Amino acid sequence: MTTANEREPSEIELLLPWYAAGTLDAREAQQVEAALAGDPELARRFEWVRAEFAQETSINEMSGEPSTGDVKALFAKIDALPTPRQKAALNLGARFAEFLAALSPRTLAWSATAAALAIMLQAGLLAGILLEQAIPGGYETASAPTNVRREGTYVLMRFRSEATAADIAAFLSANKLSIVDGPAGGQLYQVRVAPTKLAKDDLMRVVQQLQDDKVVGFVAATN
Amino acid sequence: MQTTSDEDLIAKIAKGDRLAMAALFERHRVRVYRFLLRMVRNEAVAEDLNSDVFLDVWRQAATFEGRSAVSTWILSIARFKALSVLQRRREVELDEEQADTIEDHADDPEVALAKKDTAEVLRQCLAKLSAEHREIVNLVYYQHKSVLEVAGIVGIPEATVKTRMFYARKKLSELLSERGIERGWP
Repeated sequence: MTTANEREPSEIELLLPWYAAGTLDAREAQQVEAALAGDPELARRFEWVRAEFAQETSINEMSGEPSTGDVKALFAKIDALPTPRQKAALNLGARFAEFLAALSPRTLAWSATAAALAIMLQAGLLAGILLEQAIPGGYETASAPTNVRREGTYVLMRFRSEATAADIAAFLSANKLSIVDGPAGGQLYQVRVAPTKLAKDDLMRVVQQLQDDKVVGFVAATN
Repeated sequence: MQTTSDEDLIAKIAKGDRLAMAALFERHRVRVYRFLLRMVRNEAVAEDLNSDVFLDVWRQAATFEGRSAVSTWILSIARFKALSVLQRRREVELDEEQADTIEDHADDPEVALAKKDTAEVLRQCLAKLSAEHREIVNLVYYQHKSVLEVAGIVGIPEATVKTRMFYARKKLSELLSERGIERGWP
Protein backbone atom coordinates (compact mmCIF):
# COMPACT_ATOMS: atom_id res chain seq x y z
CA MET A 1 0.00 0.00 0.00
CA THR A 2 1.31 3.44 -0.80
CA THR A 3 1.18 5.74 2.16
CA ALA A 4 1.05 9.50 1.99
CA ASN A 5 4.67 9.66 3.07
CA GLU A 6 5.82 7.55 0.12
CA ARG A 7 4.02 9.66 -2.45
CA GLU A 8 6.18 11.43 -5.00
CA PRO A 9 5.40 15.13 -5.27
CA SER A 10 3.86 16.38 -8.49
CA GLU A 11 5.66 18.95 -10.62
CA ILE A 12 3.08 21.52 -9.58
CA GLU A 13 3.69 20.79 -5.91
CA LEU A 14 7.42 21.23 -6.40
CA LEU A 15 6.77 24.70 -7.82
CA LEU A 16 4.69 25.97 -4.89
CA PRO A 17 7.60 27.70 -3.08
CA TRP A 18 8.49 29.68 -6.18
CA TYR A 19 4.83 30.51 -6.73
CA ALA A 20 4.70 31.89 -3.19
CA ALA A 21 7.82 33.93 -3.85
CA GLY A 22 6.48 35.21 -7.17
CA THR A 23 9.41 33.96 -9.21
CA LEU A 24 7.66 31.64 -11.66
CA ASP A 25 7.17 32.70 -15.25
CA ALA A 26 3.65 33.54 -16.35
CA ARG A 27 2.93 30.12 -17.87
CA GLU A 28 4.02 28.19 -14.80
CA ALA A 29 2.21 30.58 -12.49
CA GLN A 30 -1.01 30.03 -14.43
CA GLN A 31 -0.58 26.27 -14.18
CA VAL A 32 -0.14 26.49 -10.42
CA GLU A 33 -3.13 28.80 -10.05
CA ALA A 34 -5.33 26.42 -12.02
CA ALA A 35 -4.16 23.46 -9.94
CA LEU A 36 -4.77 25.31 -6.67
CA ALA A 37 -8.25 26.29 -7.79
CA GLY A 38 -9.21 22.69 -8.53
CA ASP A 39 -7.43 20.85 -5.71
CA PRO A 40 -8.39 21.77 -2.12
CA GLU A 41 -5.68 19.52 -0.65
CA LEU A 42 -3.01 21.26 -2.74
CA ALA A 43 -4.46 24.60 -1.65
CA ARG A 44 -4.18 23.49 1.99
CA ARG A 45 -0.52 22.58 1.50
CA PHE A 46 0.08 25.89 -0.20
CA GLU A 47 -1.03 27.67 2.97
CA TRP A 48 1.93 26.01 4.70
CA VAL A 49 4.22 27.21 1.93
CA ARG A 50 2.95 30.73 2.46
CA ALA A 51 3.57 30.38 6.20
CA GLU A 52 7.14 29.19 5.56
CA PHE A 53 7.70 32.08 3.17
CA ALA A 54 6.45 34.56 5.76
CA GLN A 55 8.53 33.12 8.59
CA GLU A 56 11.74 32.87 6.57
CA THR A 57 11.24 36.51 5.67
CA SER A 58 10.59 37.27 9.32
CA ILE A 59 13.77 35.49 10.44
CA ASN A 60 15.81 37.58 8.03
CA GLU A 61 14.14 40.85 8.86
CA MET A 62 14.65 40.20 12.58
CA SER A 63 18.31 39.32 12.09
CA GLY A 64 19.25 42.96 11.73
CA GLU A 65 21.74 44.61 9.43
CA PRO A 66 25.50 44.83 9.21
CA SER A 67 27.05 47.67 11.19
CA THR A 68 27.13 51.13 9.66
CA GLY A 69 30.92 51.03 9.47
CA ASP A 70 30.91 48.17 7.01
CA VAL A 71 31.42 50.40 3.98
CA LYS A 72 34.60 51.75 5.57
CA ALA A 73 35.79 48.22 6.19
CA LEU A 74 35.15 47.37 2.55
CA PHE A 75 37.10 50.33 1.20
CA ALA A 76 39.92 49.66 3.64
CA LYS A 77 40.22 46.20 2.08
CA ILE A 78 40.04 47.68 -1.41
CA ASP A 79 42.75 50.20 -0.58
CA ALA A 80 44.93 47.44 0.79
CA LEU A 81 44.90 45.60 -2.53
CA PRO A 82 48.18 45.65 -4.41
CA THR A 83 48.22 47.67 -7.59
CA PRO A 84 48.69 45.70 -10.84
CA ARG A 85 52.37 46.65 -10.87
CA GLN A 86 52.82 45.44 -7.31
CA LYS A 87 51.05 42.21 -8.17
CA ALA A 88 53.34 41.71 -11.15
CA ALA A 89 56.35 42.26 -8.96
CA LEU A 90 55.10 39.77 -6.39
CA ASN A 91 54.33 37.19 -9.09
CA LEU A 92 57.79 37.55 -10.57
CA GLY A 93 59.32 37.17 -7.12
CA ALA A 94 57.27 34.04 -6.49
CA ARG A 95 58.26 32.53 -9.83
CA PHE A 96 61.88 33.19 -9.08
CA ALA A 97 61.50 31.54 -5.68
CA GLU A 98 59.92 28.50 -7.33
CA PHE A 99 62.77 28.34 -9.77
CA LEU A 100 65.28 28.35 -6.92
CA ALA A 101 63.35 25.66 -5.08
CA ALA A 102 63.42 23.43 -8.14
CA LEU A 103 67.19 23.48 -8.51
CA SER A 104 68.92 20.09 -8.32
CA PRO A 105 71.62 19.44 -5.68
CA ARG A 106 74.29 19.81 -8.34
CA THR A 107 73.20 23.26 -9.18
CA LEU A 108 72.82 24.26 -5.56
CA ALA A 109 76.48 25.17 -5.69
CA TRP A 110 75.32 28.19 -7.59
CA SER A 111 72.76 29.06 -4.96
CA ALA A 112 74.81 31.80 -3.35
CA THR A 113 75.10 33.57 -6.67
CA ALA A 114 71.41 32.99 -7.36
CA ALA A 115 70.48 34.33 -3.94
CA ALA A 116 72.52 37.44 -4.52
CA LEU A 117 70.78 37.89 -7.86
CA ALA A 118 67.43 37.40 -6.18
CA ILE A 119 68.20 40.07 -3.61
CA MET A 120 69.25 42.46 -6.33
CA LEU A 121 66.15 41.66 -8.33
CA GLN A 122 63.83 42.09 -5.38
CA ALA A 123 65.54 45.34 -4.45
CA GLY A 124 65.06 46.58 -7.98
CA LEU A 125 61.41 45.61 -7.96
CA LEU A 126 60.79 47.25 -4.62
CA ALA A 127 62.46 50.38 -5.86
CA GLY A 128 60.18 50.25 -8.89
CA ILE A 129 57.13 49.95 -6.68
CA LEU A 130 58.23 52.83 -4.49
CA LEU A 131 58.92 54.99 -7.50
CA GLU A 132 55.54 54.12 -8.89
CA GLN A 133 53.83 55.07 -5.63
CA ALA A 134 55.72 58.33 -5.56
CA ILE A 135 54.23 59.47 -8.84
CA PRO A 136 51.33 61.82 -8.14
CA GLY A 137 48.06 60.66 -9.69
CA GLY A 138 49.48 57.23 -10.30
CA TYR A 139 46.50 55.48 -8.75
CA GLU A 140 45.46 52.31 -10.49
CA THR A 141 42.39 50.23 -9.72
CA ALA A 142 42.56 46.60 -8.76
CA SER A 143 40.18 45.62 -11.52
CA ALA A 144 41.75 47.62 -14.32
CA PRO A 145 43.17 45.48 -17.11
CA THR A 146 46.89 44.98 -16.93
CA ASN A 147 49.51 44.58 -19.59
CA VAL A 148 51.40 42.04 -17.55
CA ARG A 149 52.14 38.96 -19.60
CA ARG A 150 51.41 35.91 -17.51
CA GLU A 151 53.74 33.00 -18.01
CA GLY A 152 52.59 29.46 -17.52
CA THR A 153 49.74 27.24 -18.60
CA TYR A 154 46.19 27.83 -17.44
CA VAL A 155 42.89 25.99 -17.57
CA LEU A 156 39.33 26.91 -16.74
CA MET A 157 37.92 24.65 -14.07
CA ARG A 158 34.65 24.15 -12.27
CA PHE A 159 34.58 22.01 -9.15
CA ARG A 160 31.77 19.57 -8.46
CA SER A 161 29.11 21.07 -6.22
CA GLU A 162 29.48 18.21 -3.75
CA ALA A 163 33.24 18.77 -3.43
CA THR A 164 34.13 20.24 -0.07
CA ALA A 165 36.65 23.01 0.44
CA ALA A 166 38.98 20.44 2.01
CA ASP A 167 38.65 18.18 -1.06
CA ILE A 168 39.47 21.10 -3.33
CA ALA A 169 42.43 22.20 -1.23
CA ALA A 170 43.83 18.65 -1.18
CA PHE A 171 43.31 18.30 -4.93
CA LEU A 172 45.06 21.59 -5.68
CA SER A 173 47.94 20.70 -3.41
CA ALA A 174 48.35 17.15 -4.76
CA ASN A 175 48.43 18.39 -8.33
CA LYS A 176 50.51 21.50 -7.61
CA LEU A 177 47.79 23.76 -8.98
CA SER A 178 46.96 27.28 -8.00
CA ILE A 179 43.77 29.25 -8.51
CA VAL A 180 44.64 32.61 -10.05
CA ASP A 181 41.17 33.99 -10.66
CA GLY A 182 37.47 33.31 -10.23
CA PRO A 183 34.87 32.29 -9.76
CA ALA A 184 33.58 33.85 -12.96
CA GLY A 185 30.25 33.02 -14.58
CA GLY A 186 29.28 29.38 -14.20
CA GLN A 187 31.51 29.03 -11.14
CA LEU A 188 34.58 28.76 -13.34
CA TYR A 189 38.02 29.33 -11.91
CA GLN A 190 41.22 30.07 -13.78
CA VAL A 191 43.80 27.60 -12.58
CA ARG A 192 47.53 27.52 -13.32
CA VAL A 193 48.64 23.98 -14.10
CA ALA A 194 52.27 24.64 -14.96
CA PRO A 195 54.72 27.49 -14.46
CA THR A 196 55.78 27.27 -18.11
CA LYS A 197 53.84 27.00 -21.34
CA LEU A 198 53.13 23.34 -22.00
CA ALA A 199 53.06 21.76 -25.44
CA LYS A 200 49.55 21.04 -26.72
CA ASP A 201 49.81 17.26 -26.26
CA ASP A 202 51.16 17.64 -22.75
CA LEU A 203 48.39 20.08 -21.90
CA MET A 204 45.75 17.69 -23.22
CA ARG A 205 47.18 14.93 -21.04
CA VAL A 206 47.03 17.21 -18.02
CA VAL A 207 43.45 18.24 -18.81
CA GLN A 208 42.40 14.59 -19.16
CA GLN A 209 44.10 13.69 -15.90
CA LEU A 210 42.39 16.54 -14.07
CA GLN A 211 39.01 15.74 -15.62
CA ASP A 212 39.22 12.23 -14.17
CA ASP A 213 39.47 13.55 -10.62
CA LYS A 214 36.29 13.25 -8.56
CA VAL A 215 36.61 16.87 -7.43
CA VAL A 216 36.46 18.29 -10.96
CA GLY A 217 33.18 18.92 -12.74
CA PHE A 218 34.56 20.64 -15.82
CA VAL A 219 37.97 21.57 -17.12
CA ALA A 220 39.12 23.15 -20.35
CA ALA A 221 42.45 24.45 -21.61
CA THR A 222 42.68 28.18 -22.17
CA ASN A 223 46.04 28.49 -23.83
CA MET B 1 13.17 58.61 -10.81
CA GLN B 2 15.54 56.52 -12.85
CA THR B 3 18.11 54.47 -10.96
CA THR B 4 21.32 53.12 -12.35
CA SER B 5 21.07 49.41 -13.07
CA ASP B 6 23.29 46.92 -11.30
CA GLU B 7 24.89 46.09 -14.64
CA ASP B 8 25.79 49.73 -15.24
CA LEU B 9 27.27 49.96 -11.77
CA ILE B 10 29.38 46.88 -12.43
CA ALA B 11 30.66 48.41 -15.68
CA LYS B 12 31.69 51.51 -13.77
CA ILE B 13 33.26 49.48 -10.97
CA ALA B 14 35.33 47.66 -13.58
CA LYS B 15 36.82 51.05 -14.44
CA GLY B 16 37.63 51.75 -10.81
CA ASP B 17 34.63 53.92 -9.95
CA ARG B 18 34.48 53.92 -6.15
CA LEU B 19 31.18 55.78 -6.07
CA ALA B 20 29.58 53.02 -8.12
CA MET B 21 31.09 50.48 -5.74
CA ALA B 22 29.59 52.28 -2.78
CA ALA B 23 26.20 52.42 -4.54
CA LEU B 24 26.20 48.72 -5.36
CA PHE B 25 27.29 47.88 -1.83
CA GLU B 26 24.54 49.98 -0.32
CA ARG B 27 22.00 48.31 -2.58
CA HIS B 28 22.94 44.72 -1.75
CA ARG B 29 24.80 44.74 1.55
CA VAL B 30 21.86 43.84 3.78
CA ARG B 31 20.46 40.97 1.74
CA VAL B 32 23.89 39.44 1.15
CA TYR B 33 24.74 39.86 4.83
CA ARG B 34 21.55 38.10 5.83
CA PHE B 35 22.25 35.26 3.42
CA LEU B 36 25.71 34.90 4.92
CA LEU B 37 24.32 35.10 8.43
CA ARG B 38 21.81 32.34 7.72
CA MET B 39 24.68 30.22 6.50
CA VAL B 40 27.40 30.88 9.08
CA ARG B 41 25.21 31.86 12.07
CA ASN B 42 27.69 34.37 13.41
CA GLU B 43 27.21 38.11 12.98
CA ALA B 44 30.89 39.08 13.10
CA VAL B 45 31.87 36.38 10.63
CA ALA B 46 28.96 37.27 8.34
CA GLU B 47 29.95 40.93 8.35
CA ASP B 48 33.58 40.17 7.61
CA LEU B 49 32.59 37.82 4.81
CA ASN B 50 30.21 40.45 3.47
CA SER B 51 33.04 42.89 2.85
CA ASP B 52 35.14 40.06 1.39
CA VAL B 53 32.32 39.30 -1.05
CA PHE B 54 32.19 42.89 -2.27
CA LEU B 55 35.97 43.03 -2.38
CA ASP B 56 35.75 40.18 -4.88
CA VAL B 57 33.08 42.12 -6.77
CA TRP B 58 35.53 45.02 -7.00
CA ARG B 59 38.35 42.79 -8.17
CA GLN B 60 36.31 40.74 -10.63
CA ALA B 61 33.91 43.34 -12.01
CA ALA B 62 35.76 43.38 -15.32
CA THR B 63 35.11 39.64 -15.72
CA PHE B 64 31.35 39.86 -15.12
CA GLU B 65 29.72 38.68 -18.32
CA GLY B 66 26.10 39.46 -17.57
CA ARG B 67 24.94 35.88 -18.02
CA SER B 68 23.09 36.13 -14.72
CA ALA B 69 21.69 38.97 -12.67
CA VAL B 70 24.30 40.87 -10.69
CA SER B 71 22.58 39.87 -7.44
CA THR B 72 22.80 36.21 -8.46
CA TRP B 73 26.50 36.58 -9.21
CA ILE B 74 27.11 38.25 -5.87
CA LEU B 75 25.24 35.50 -4.03
CA SER B 76 27.38 32.91 -5.84
CA ILE B 77 30.48 34.57 -4.44
CA ALA B 78 28.87 34.81 -1.01
CA ARG B 79 27.93 31.15 -1.05
CA PHE B 80 31.46 30.06 -1.84
CA LYS B 81 32.86 32.15 0.98
CA ALA B 82 30.27 30.90 3.46
CA LEU B 83 30.94 27.30 2.51
CA SER B 84 34.66 27.81 3.01
CA VAL B 85 33.99 29.01 6.54
CA LEU B 86 31.57 26.19 7.23
CA GLN B 87 34.08 23.62 6.07
CA ARG B 88 36.68 25.04 8.38
CA ARG B 89 34.24 24.78 11.24
CA ARG B 90 33.17 21.23 10.42
CA GLU B 91 29.66 22.39 9.87
CA VAL B 92 28.01 19.00 10.23
CA GLU B 93 29.21 18.64 13.79
CA LEU B 94 28.31 22.23 14.48
CA ASP B 95 24.83 21.77 13.08
CA GLU B 96 24.23 18.83 15.34
CA GLU B 97 25.64 20.70 18.32
CA GLN B 98 23.54 23.75 17.59
CA ALA B 99 20.43 21.70 17.03
CA ASP B 100 21.03 20.18 20.43
CA THR B 101 21.50 23.56 22.02
CA ILE B 102 18.13 24.78 20.79
CA GLU B 103 16.22 24.03 23.93
CA ASP B 104 13.26 21.75 23.87
CA HIS B 105 10.98 23.01 26.60
CA ALA B 106 8.45 20.23 26.11
CA ASP B 107 7.29 20.35 29.69
CA ASP B 108 7.66 24.05 30.20
CA PRO B 109 4.22 25.68 30.56
CA GLU B 110 5.41 28.86 28.89
CA VAL B 111 6.58 26.96 25.87
CA ALA B 112 3.45 24.88 25.87
CA LEU B 113 1.73 28.18 25.33
CA ALA B 114 4.28 29.18 22.73
CA LYS B 115 3.61 25.96 20.88
CA LYS B 116 0.21 27.33 20.12
CA ASP B 117 1.98 30.02 18.19
CA THR B 118 2.62 28.07 15.04
CA ALA B 119 4.56 30.91 13.49
CA GLU B 120 7.10 30.89 16.29
CA VAL B 121 7.52 27.13 16.13
CA LEU B 122 7.91 27.35 12.38
CA ARG B 123 10.67 29.95 12.80
CA GLN B 124 12.44 27.71 15.29
CA CYS B 125 12.23 24.76 12.93
CA LEU B 126 13.49 26.81 9.98
CA ALA B 127 16.48 27.74 12.13
CA LYS B 128 17.18 24.08 12.83
CA LEU B 129 17.49 23.04 9.18
CA SER B 130 20.89 21.94 7.89
CA ALA B 131 23.13 24.46 6.14
CA GLU B 132 22.22 22.99 2.76
CA HIS B 133 18.53 23.31 3.48
CA ARG B 134 18.82 26.75 5.08
CA GLU B 135 20.66 27.89 1.99
CA ILE B 136 18.02 26.86 -0.50
CA VAL B 137 15.12 28.04 1.66
CA ASN B 138 16.76 31.44 1.98
CA LEU B 139 17.50 31.71 -1.73
CA VAL B 140 13.93 30.85 -2.68
CA TYR B 141 11.91 32.59 0.02
CA TYR B 142 14.03 35.57 1.01
CA GLN B 143 16.36 36.24 -1.91
CA HIS B 144 13.50 35.58 -4.37
CA LYS B 145 15.61 33.55 -6.74
CA SER B 146 14.01 31.54 -9.52
CA VAL B 147 14.69 27.84 -10.06
CA LEU B 148 17.17 28.72 -12.78
CA GLU B 149 18.96 31.30 -10.64
CA VAL B 150 19.23 28.95 -7.66
CA ALA B 151 20.65 26.32 -10.00
CA GLY B 152 23.29 28.83 -11.09
CA ILE B 153 24.19 29.88 -7.57
CA VAL B 154 24.33 26.42 -6.04
CA GLY B 155 25.72 24.71 -9.13
CA ILE B 156 23.14 21.94 -9.43
CA PRO B 157 20.57 21.06 -12.12
CA GLU B 158 17.16 22.73 -12.02
CA ALA B 159 15.42 19.44 -11.25
CA THR B 160 17.70 18.98 -8.25
CA VAL B 161 16.89 22.50 -7.07
CA LYS B 162 13.20 21.59 -6.97
CA THR B 163 13.70 18.29 -5.19
CA ARG B 164 16.21 19.79 -2.72
CA MET B 165 13.67 22.44 -1.80
CA PHE B 166 11.03 19.76 -1.45
CA TYR B 167 13.23 17.73 0.90
CA ALA B 168 14.06 20.83 2.89
CA ARG B 169 10.33 21.28 3.38
CA LYS B 170 9.93 17.60 4.20
CA LYS B 171 12.57 17.94 6.90
CA LEU B 172 10.69 20.98 8.16
CA SER B 173 7.56 18.85 8.45
CA GLU B 174 9.46 16.31 10.49
CA LEU B 175 10.75 19.00 12.82
CA LEU B 176 7.26 20.43 13.18
CA SER B 177 5.93 16.98 13.91
CA GLU B 178 8.45 16.63 16.74
CA ARG B 179 6.97 19.84 18.15
CA GLY B 180 3.49 18.44 17.94
CA ILE B 181 2.40 20.12 14.73
CA GLU B 182 1.26 17.72 12.02
CA ARG B 183 0.85 19.24 8.63
CA GLY B 184 1.02 16.18 6.44
CA TRP B 185 3.33 15.68 3.51
CA PRO B 186 5.76 17.22 3.15
